[in-house]
Parts: sequence; structure tokens; C-alpha cells
Amino acid sequence: MAARKAAAKAKGPGKAKAAPAKAGTRQLELVVVEPTAKKGGRAAPPRPPPRRPAPVAEVPPPVEEAPAPDRSPKRRATAEQMAAKQREISISEFFTKNRHLLGFDNPSKALLTTIKEAVDNSLDACEEAGILPELTIEVRDLALDEKGEGDPTKGEGRFVVVIEDNGPGIVKAQVPKIFGKLLYGSKFHRLKQSRGQQGIGISAAAMYGQLTTGQPIRVTSKVGKGKPAHHFEIQIDTRKNNPVVTKDETLAGWHQEHGTRVELEIVANWQAGQRFVNRYVEHTALSNPHCTLHYVRPRAEKLTFPRAAEELPKEAVEIKPHPHGVELGALMLMAQDSKSHDVKGFLQTAFSRVSSGVADEIVKRAGFKGRVRPRDLGEERELAERLHKAIGETRIMNPPTGCLSPIGDELMKRGLVSFLEVIESEGPEENGDSQLDLDSASKKKPSRKGKEAKAAAPEVPDAPPEEGVEKIKGHNYFIATVTRPPKVYRGNPFQVEVGLAYGGSWPADKPIELFRFANRVPLLFQRGACGMTEAVVKTDWRNYLLSQPKGSLPVGPMALIVHIASVWVPFTSEAKEAVAHYPEITKEIQLAAQECGRKLAAHIRKKKHADYQAQRRSIFELYIEEVAEAIHKITGRAKDPIKRDFLKVATKVTEAELEERDGALAEASKKTARRPRRNDEDE
Amino acid sequence: MARLDATSKKTTQKIEKLAEAVLKTVKGGKNPFVEIPIRSLANVKFNEKRRLIELGTQRQKRYFFNVSMAKKFMQTFLVSDACKELIDAGKTTSIRDLYYITKHTIGDTKQNTFEEQDESDPVIEDLEVALDALREELHLFASRKGSMVGPVTIRDTGDTIDLRRMGSGGWAVPSIVEENVIQFVRHEAKYVLLIEKDAVWTRFNEDKYWQRQKCIILQGGGQPPRGVRRLVQRLHSELKLPVYVLVDNDPWGFYIYSVMKQGSINLAYESMRMAVPSARFIGLSSFDKLTYKLPSNVAIKMDDGDVARAKQMLAYPWFQAKQWQEEIQEMVKSGQKFELEALSRRGISFITEEYLPRKLKDRDWLE
Repeated sequence: MAARKAAAKAKGPGKAKAAPAKAGTRQLELVVVEPTAKKGGRAAPPRPPPRRPAPVAEVPPPVEEAPAPDRSPKRRATAEQMAAKQREISISEFFTKNRHLLGFDNPSKALLTTIKEAVDNSLDACEEAGILPELTIEVRDLALDEKGEGDPTKGEGRFVVVIEDNGPGIVKAQVPKIFGKLLYGSKFHRLKQSRGQQGIGISAAAMYGQLTTGQPIRVTSKVGKGKPAHHFEIQIDTRKNNPVVTKDETLAGWHQEHGTRVELEIVANWQAGQRFVNRYVEHTALSNPHCTLHYVRPRAEKLTFPRAAEELPKEAVEIKPHPHGVELGALMLMAQDSKSHDVKGFLQTAFSRVSSGVADEIVKRAGFKGRVRPRDLGEERELAERLHKAIGETRIMNPPTGCLSPIGDELMKRGLVSFLEVIESEGPEENGDSQLDLDSASKKKPSRKGKEAKAAAPEVPDAPPEEGVEKIKGHNYFIATVTRPPKVYRGNPFQVEVGLAYGGSWPADKPIELFRFANRVPLLFQRGACGMTEAVVKTDWRNYLLSQPKGSLPVGPMALIVHIASVWVPFTSEAKEAVAHYPEITKEIQLAAQECGRKLAAHIRKKKHADYQAQRRSIFELYIEEVAEAIHKITGRAKDPIKRDFLKVATKVTEAELEERDGALAEASKKTARRPRRNDEDE
Repeated sequence: MARLDATSKKTTQKIEKLAEAVLKTVKGGKNPFVEIPIRSLANVKFNEKRRLIELGTQRQKRYFFNVSMAKKFMQTFLVSDACKELIDAGKTTSIRDLYYITKHTIGDTKQNTFEEQDESDPVIEDLEVALDALREELHLFASRKGSMVGPVTIRDTGDTIDLRRMGSGGWAVPSIVEENVIQFVRHEAKYVLLIEKDAVWTRFNEDKYWQRQKCIILQGGGQPPRGVRRLVQRLHSELKLPVYVLVDNDPWGFYIYSVMKQGSINLAYESMRMAVPSARFIGLSSFDKLTYKLPSNVAIKMDDGDVARAKQMLAYPWFQAKQWQEEIQEMVKSGQKFELEALSRRGISFITEEYLPRKLKDRDWLE
């Protein structure tokens, strides 16, 4: 590919050279041809204008005179001279210059991206192999000594990032390529839900480390019991995009039975970037409840997120592309590679959901004359276009959705609970900031969540325990989760999940926290540009008893989780930070959010009711004291028996009224719950 | 004054009965309540025969176990208790004082039993109607205003006072003017003149109008307080003196007259003690501007509120007499109102030397 591109480039200038010379005549021709073509249709014009002067009168100034001064400077280089400078660009060289495209914009973001790429790989590998993942994420400040003593790095500095997993390991021969070659991987060519997609990430991280510190990436891997562990140090030859192994040794013993340990030395900014890393780790634990995460940081206690589920998520299955999602160019490429003898066979083998009947229908609709081989399609654009159109016009069953692996209602709930448990113990700084934009991050001080919460968060009442309410570290949270059935956008199956945690120590007067996930990977940046955010903002949360300023996130003590699982998540950029605005996806998210919202509204209503009851009871108790005192003084009777009698009636009366109010409340719930359902029916 | 007279004994018994009734209800496991006659326009009737505004029969039950009523219920008992203590101690106090007596913080909350005096005043009125006891019987008095002079000698808590010798300020009318406090000793007055304004009353006093005309003049500083009204009523009923009311020519003036004549809605339960149905409206009439040649530049333009108020009055059952309808309609039609002081345009003592004598002579009043 690259070679071809380079060749084209080499040709390009040559043509361009020739072009200016011809330009004048070409334009002249155009102008001339048009009038004659038109005139040809009519009767012969009485005026036979000399062909050349006429157009000259119209167009010439720009053609004849304007370019003249441009040409006047001396030619600086000849095509041949320029050709000498033209050469192939290796992908690694390209990314060296354009590291921001991959998320290495600055040292604090690079730190997060490095961790993220390594963790994505580890989790994907564990799941594919069917191993319950246990990961260690470690960030070491090289300014500190072995014991972690000394002055920590302020701002930019050298750090070591270590990611260790208990995955299947990597066979010796593959290690250098995986970590030392960009665009090398297993995930690009298949349609399957996974975290990584391109095969750029970890090698890009390695390259970033090499560029900033000159240190190679260090990899230790072991594939199983009885097999030796291998340790590598790999550098990347950025010109050739090839790995160079600088150290390769076999270790006698390693503490893991199988797994991989990746060590990268990079220039990073822990001071500014740690909040993103913290958040990334928390959120990864949240969206991967089957995973145990250890998190080791400079000058902080080791943090462990224990796994909340003992079973692996459903295995994501690889599927063939759906005909409706294929573009013309892709169709031609696929046809070229096809081993089938005819178009029908090609359609049936290359795509999902194309039965013999459907294939017949498409072929018929395309209306090919004579025998057309798939190879012909690859070469003749016109034929391919007809087939592409025919596919578009044919009704084809939606792609299989069994290939998706959502987190699931129950697991999302458990993930939330364990996430909240760790967060609660972590203290205020760790989860205070609601916005994650690198630009604003440096300016923002982490808000003191604890203090705010005390000021504003409504207490979820203790008793009686309600379904969906979890007590975590002394705070009660209401948790609701919804997993939508799978849907399809442009031929790609996807599935949306939404979960929310309400109450607890979240501040009540701030916009909700929105956590976005794509294929279980937390999305931390570009919140405003993301289709998920749009869907949440477009949902009318006032129906669910939250306040919501126009065109923004609702306000309330709540964290909202949106997860989209898909074989191909439509990101807006390579850095995988925001999801594109597909109406199908937006709609699904809204539907899920509404469903969660209805559960929330029921809870809030119940809570308000309980609050009211509690308030009532306390009012009566206070007043009984006063009234009993007054009556005691008026009548001269003993005060305590008077109080007892009043309290007895209080219980009785309150209970009766409670029942009455519950009835009214249930009625009100039904009414509001009915409202949004109308949207569903519109579908 | 620790000795309890019969009235006080009766009042304390009423309070005790109220408390006992509540206790009994609670013992029976029921939601306790205080029954209070409703003091609103809806529960007020104009008794054509007696020509008085009277309280209807509608009652409202103030329950304790009801979030919106609990506080008021509690407050009612705090006030009851405080009143009983006052009566037992034989002391009288102002309603503002009572507010402070009963105000305290509840438990360890930030809530007070009463936040404002505006909260305790209506509770006192509620208690009055609920117990069918007068404010005076609860040993409470309202803020006092109003003054009086005239050829009359009274005894006020044992002191004999000659109201002809009260100087320029006159005798300040107390809030409680019941028989046990104020007694009339002797008099040679022919009528009672109630003047709306203090300033105009001062003119009458300075001009010794009361001496010339042998009358008692009173002022209540706008809407007369209970003390003044009760005293006028007593002068009327006990000394058989006719009552004339002199007010501004505006809806408010009419209203003052109307309250003096048949009682107010809020204190409808005391109308028979406060109102003088035969009170006469001596001025300022809407037609006086013609009769007494008042230039239009002393008139005040009526605002929307005035007009609305006047139109409301047209519908009052006690203003249905033909002359009253004409009187009010003339005001609405002209869109003008006049203060009593407008008469000073014709001379500083025009009101005392010409206006009022002539009005009385011509029997130019409304009833």
C-alpha cells in the first residue's frame, strides 16, 4: 500500500510539471467546445466568429496574463531534482511526527495513553484466552529511590509504566513484532468486539518511550506452566517500522504461571496526568467487573479493585460484514480477494445474512449481462456499482447480534457497587472533578467532594431497604441498569447499556457525572464532541425528577454510565476519544436512559415520600412536647401520661395516612411512567 | 389583684375545658382538635334586623395530627396556657408581650414556636372565638391609640377624670374600657363625635368645639382600635347619646364608618359590643363639594384601587339604602376624593365653625 502510494506520488509531480504548459490550451478547448456543441443543435449561426478570438475575449486575461508573472520567477528545481527527494514514508516515521493522532499530545496525556494501550491489550488477550484477568498497573517516578523516598518529580519527568497481566502470554517469535512494529496485530482484519482495533497502540507507546527517553520497551512473557519466561528489550527502527531486539534472554523462573509484563520508560507528567490515570483505572474496574486491578502509584497506597464477578463476559464472536454496511471500494476489494466462482457464491461466503435466496435476488436486481466473476467486479467499477446498488435495495436480515458482549445488567450493577466502594475509601481528591478536558484540567482544582456532599446531597433513607439501593461506606446509593437489545447501524451490530448510581456522596447541585465507555474502554476526553453525551443531553431528565438546564447534562447527585458495545465502534478519531453521532446509536442510548430514568423517578418519588414521613414524625414529636407541656400547666395533670397518649395516636394516625398517600403516589408514578413510553411506540 | 373575679374564673374554666376535651380525644385514640368558628367573609352575615355583621355558624376543626395544622394547634395551646397564667396572676398584657412570652425555640431545632407577631395575633383571635371569651377577658390588650375630650367625667381604675380638663392632648383611650375598668360618673354631652384623624380632632379640641356644642369628641387615628369603638358603643348604649362619624370622603372613610356602624368581618363575633347601628355619617359627603363650594384643585384623583374598593362597597348589604348608593356612585362618577383638611381651604376653622354646625342643623347626614 505504502509503496503504491509512494509510487503515485513520484508520478504526481511529473504530471503536474506538464500540466501548466497545457493548461492554457485545455481551458481554451473547453470554452470553445461548449458553444459549438450548443450551436450545433440549432441552425448554423449566421455569424461565423473566428474561433479563437471569441473565447479569448471572454477568458483570456486570467489565462494569458495572470499566470505570466507567476511563471516569471526562475524554476527552483527540476522534476528530476525533486524526484531525488521523494521517498517512502514509514508508518512509524509518520506517527513520530503526528503523535497527537494517537493520543500522545503531551506528557500527561501520553502517560494515560501508554497505560490505556497496554491495559486494552492485556484485557483483550485474557478474554480471548478465557482467563479471568488480574492486572497490575504501576507507575514509578524515577526521581524517587527504591523505597519511594526523595523529592517527587514536579511537572515533566521520567517515569516507568508497568502493566502486568495473567494472560495467555505471547509466543517468543511474535513478541518483537507486536511491540516493535506499528500496525501489526490480530484485530484489524476481523469484525469482532474488542478493545483494540488497529494494532497501533502498544507499539506507538513503545515508540513514544524510545523517542522521549531512548529506552527500549521491556517485555517479559510466559505462555504456560513448564514453559520458560522470555525477557526482551525491543527498539523500533522508525525508518523501516521494524523491531530491533536489543536483549533477549530466557529467565529461569518467573512469579507467574503465564502472563505478560510490559515495562516502558517514558517522559510523562504525573502531577498533571495522575487524575486522568486514576479515573481511567477506576472506570476500567467499573466496566470490567470480572477483572481484578492492582494500582501502584508513586507516594500512595496500593489500591486494589477486586473483581465483582467470577465469570468471564460472554465471548465476543467474530462475524462477517453485513452487506448493508459495506462501501463500494470495500466491496471491490473483497470481490477481488474472493475465491468464489460467481457473484452469488461471493455474496454468500463473504457476507453475513446472505442466504441463497437473498443472493439470487441481489444478482437479479443487479441485472448483469452474461457471466460475471467476482474478479470482474473488482476490476470494473461500473459492475461493482450496480451490485452495490442492488444490495442497498434488497431487504436483508439484520446482522447476527450474538457476537456482542455487553457488560450486562447485573454485572454492571456489581461493577458500580465495587467501584463506589473503592472510590468512597479513596477520599475526596480521587473522584472530585467532573469534567475531563486536558485544557481545563490544569486550571481546575479538584473539588472537595466530601464537603459539597455534606452540604447538598439528599440522604437516601436507611430503612426500610429498598430494591436497587446499596449501602456503600455509610452512603446509600440507588442503582439502576438497563441493557438494550442489540441494534444495527450501517450494517454493524451494536448494543447500548446505561447504568446510574444516585444519591450517596455525589454533590446534588452539580451536573451529573457522565462516564462513557466503548467496548468496555473508558472514554475520558472530548466529552462535548461525543454522540453519547449528545444522547444524554437530548433526553428530558425533568421527566425523571432531575433538573436540567436547557442543552446540558442534568443536575443531581448522580453518575450515569453509558456503554456501547459493537464490532466496530464509530470513533470520531484514531485516538478513540468520542463516538460519532449516528442517529441509530443516539436513539438507543436515549431509550436506555429513559428506561433507567423511569426507575430513578420511581425511587426519587419513594424517597421524597419517606423524607416527608420522617419530617412529619419529627414535627409531631417536637410539637407533642410543647402541647403536652401546655396542657399539663393548664390542667395540672402529669405531663408524661399526656405525652404517651399523644405518641400512641401519632403512630396510629401516621400509619393510616401513609397508606393513603402510597396509593396516591403509585397513581402518580403510573402517570409519569406512561409519558415517555409514547416515544418507544413511535419507533 | 390575685383575687379572681367571676369573669376571670369563668374564662379559666373555659381554657381548662378546652384542654380536657383534647385530652379525652387523645385518650380515646383519636386525632385531637380545637373547634374554631371561621372568621372570614364566607362565614359572616349581615343581620338586617339588628343591622350588625354577625359571625355565621361555620366552624373549622384544627387537628393536631395534620401537617398543615399541627403548628397552629400547638400555638393555640401555648397561647391558652399563657393567658391562663395571666388571669391567675391577675395581670394584663399587650398582645406583643404575649408573643414574646410564648416565643421560644422548639427542642434542639432551629424552629421557633412563633416566628413573627403576625403568627401569634391570629391565634389569639382564634382563641377568643373558640372560647367565646373576649380579649379583655383573656387579660390581653391591643396597642392603644385614640384620644377623647368632652363634658364628661369618668372613673378609670379608681381615678376620677374630668375630660373637660385634658389640655391639648386629650385623654388617651385605653385598650380595655370595660365596665370594671371605666365607669361614667356624670356628663352633660348631647352627642358623640368620632373623628377619623388626629389632626382634625386637634382642631376641634383647640377650637373648643366640644364646649360650644356640648359633645364628646374622639379620634381613633384612622381605623379606630377596639378600645375606642367599645367606648363609643358604651357611650351610645349607656348614656343614650347619638353618634356622629366624621371621616374623609374616600372609600377608606366609608369603611371606617361602616365598621363603627355594624362591625368588622374579622371581629364579627364582637359586633354587638363594638358596633353602633344607629351611627350617623356626618361627612365628608360626596355632595359636600357642591354644597360647600370646594374647588376641584383640593380634590385627589382616585386611583384604581379606590375605584375598585368603592364598587365593592356598592354591593355591601348595609350600603343598599338609596342615599348610600347615590353617595358612593357620585364618588365613583367624579373620580375624586376629598380629605377633611380640604375644608380648611375655606378658612382654618371653617370645619368647626360653619361646616359641622350647618350639617347638624340641616340634618345633612346619612344613616
